[in-house]
Amino acid sequence: MPANSDPQTRSWWSANQIRLAPWLFLAPGMAFFALYVIFPIFQSFQISFYRWDGLGEARYIGLRNYEDLFDDPAFYTSLRNNVKWLLLYLLAIPGGLFIALFLNQQVRGIRLYKSLFFFPFVISQVVVGLVFAWFYNPAIGLFNPLIGMFGFSPMNILGNPNTVTYGIIAAGLWPQIAYCMILYLTGLNAVDPEQVEAARLDGAKGWKMLWYVILPQLRPATFIAVVVTVIGALRSFDMISVMTNGGPFGSSRVLAYYMFEVSLSEYGFRMGYGAAIAVILFLIMLVYIAFFLWRMWREERGY
Amino acid sequence: MFPTPVERRSAAVQNTYKALLPFALILWLLPLLMVALFSIKPDSDFTQGNLWGLPSSFAGFENYTRVFTDSAMPRYLLNSVFITVPTVIGAVALSCMTGFALGVYRFRGNIWIFFMFVAGNFVPFQILMVPVRDLTLNMGLYDTRLGLVLFHIAFQTGFCTLFMRNFIRALPRELIEAARVEGVSEIRIFWYVVLPLMRPAIAALSVLIFTFIWNDYFWAVVLTQGVETQPVTAGITAFNSQFRAAYHMMSAGSIIAALPPVMMFFLMQKHFIAGLTLGAVK
Repeated sequence: MPANSDPQTRSWWSANQIRLAPWLFLAPGMAFFALYVIFPIFQSFQISFYRWDGLGEARYIGLRNYEDLFDDPAFYTSLRNNVKWLLLYLLAIPGGLFIALFLNQQVRGIRLYKSLFFFPFVISQVVVGLVFAWFYNPAIGLFNPLIGMFGFSPMNILGNPNTVTYGIIAAGLWPQIAYCMILYLTGLNAVDPEQVEAARLDGAKGWKMLWYVILPQLRPATFIAVVVTVIGALRSFDMISVMTNGGPFGSSRVLAYYMFEVSLSEYGFRMGYGAAIAVILFLIMLVYIAFFLWRMWREERGY
Repeated sequence: MFPTPVERRSAAVQNTYKALLPFALILWLLPLLMVALFSIKPDSDFTQGNLWGLPSSFAGFENYTRVFTDSAMPRYLLNSVFITVPTVIGAVALSCMTGFALGVYRFRGNIWIFFMFVAGNFVPFQILMVPVRDLTLNMGLYDTRLGLVLFHIAFQTGFCTLFMRNFIRALPRELIEAARVEGVSEIRIFWYVVLPLMRPAIAALSVLIFTFIWNDYFWAVVLTQGVETQPVTAGITAFNSQFRAAYHMMSAGSIIAALPPVMMFFLMQKHFIAGLTLGAVK
């Protein structure tokens, strides 16, 4: 190679390039990620100790924001709703498994059925929220006539503080079940047919087969499904914003939504207070992040 | 195969299954079918209480044309394109490099840098919101598409790095070793040896990121406002207040807003699912 003919540069570069190259390749990505993701996490922690409207002078107030938080009924409502989201959202996993088992056949046109069952996941949550808001709407929605067929009296799901969160979670489950379904369909594809046949010869079938033979082989799919579902539940924001704006009377708020409302809505720009809520949310998520990283670390050691 | 293939069951079971499929699908897509039906109805059907029956006349063509001629929807769609496409290019380019660095080289700190990307990717958006908004304001990029694009690139780099690094790990190392023995420089190895092998990963990631960014709502609301910059997910709110209570128009608008990622999915299905289910199989 003519460019490298100068012996001095050539030897320096060839002696060091393997050591330097990874850092050169990493530099742009790491710089971006640090600036927009890593530093802001620490900044949010810092801002949570200040009173700040986002424009003027920030005033250090120590733990005041956190103390206020623990006296704030809206905070507890949000926290309670977050727990509801977390628990009920996990229904997406058995739901997805059920549909995957139903569709794991080889009849004609099944591929199209799989795609059509999956595609709610591709639609933006904003549109899913709108679609379900109209579906529930007592004036125009199909929901009330539908439950009327089973003898229930009409109700206004999104207008009632007792039902609103469940209504939004049900809407959120729709794309999430589709996601879990596709994970399980891929997992089922990789199930070892010989083991299934061997178990069948031993007389295993139905639930027993599912529990003892199939589910253990689906563990990687289940793990990913749990991770994405938990994260999805804690990130719930779009649907609440579109369907109810946190209402009625703030009864459908979650931490993610309340934080946004406190810091950026017309009620005032309380950045410090918002940052404190974000810190709490982050600490909840940290449990899952740590769990995920720990599992990954265990696997990496196997390399 | 599990469950037992229906071909091996009786004819009755087979027929029941085949009949059940379309029924289950209709039930599953019912809310969406309702909106699709609304979008082709004329206004008069709503005032006359003909909600779920057949449309009294086919108004789909009118309704969808009006979305494009009587509203800012084309502008929002264009904004979405100008936000999504640069983000896809930027995030994929950056993560090809970071993924290569973390997948090929053994150096101290490798795993920690990798974990940093992975962990950052799971962080709740709210912890970034105030500082990122402030940073964007200070750079003079608040309410610009560029401001939104820069943030999206940075955030998506986390997920993309995870994806690319695992993909490169699975490539045969002998290829790289052989090239080194031949005296090929590291940059050339990246460009001529590894990058061509990454094509399927690049395709899968591009489709996924396209969908994620197109569907983003939170950052659009935090970093932009108004018709000049906002993508269609945020614009649909303004659209709906323009056509308040005109359900045929709101339905048509929502379907238009949702369509691009859906088309992307049906066109690139194989890549999309390969990307989404990475890790679901050992």
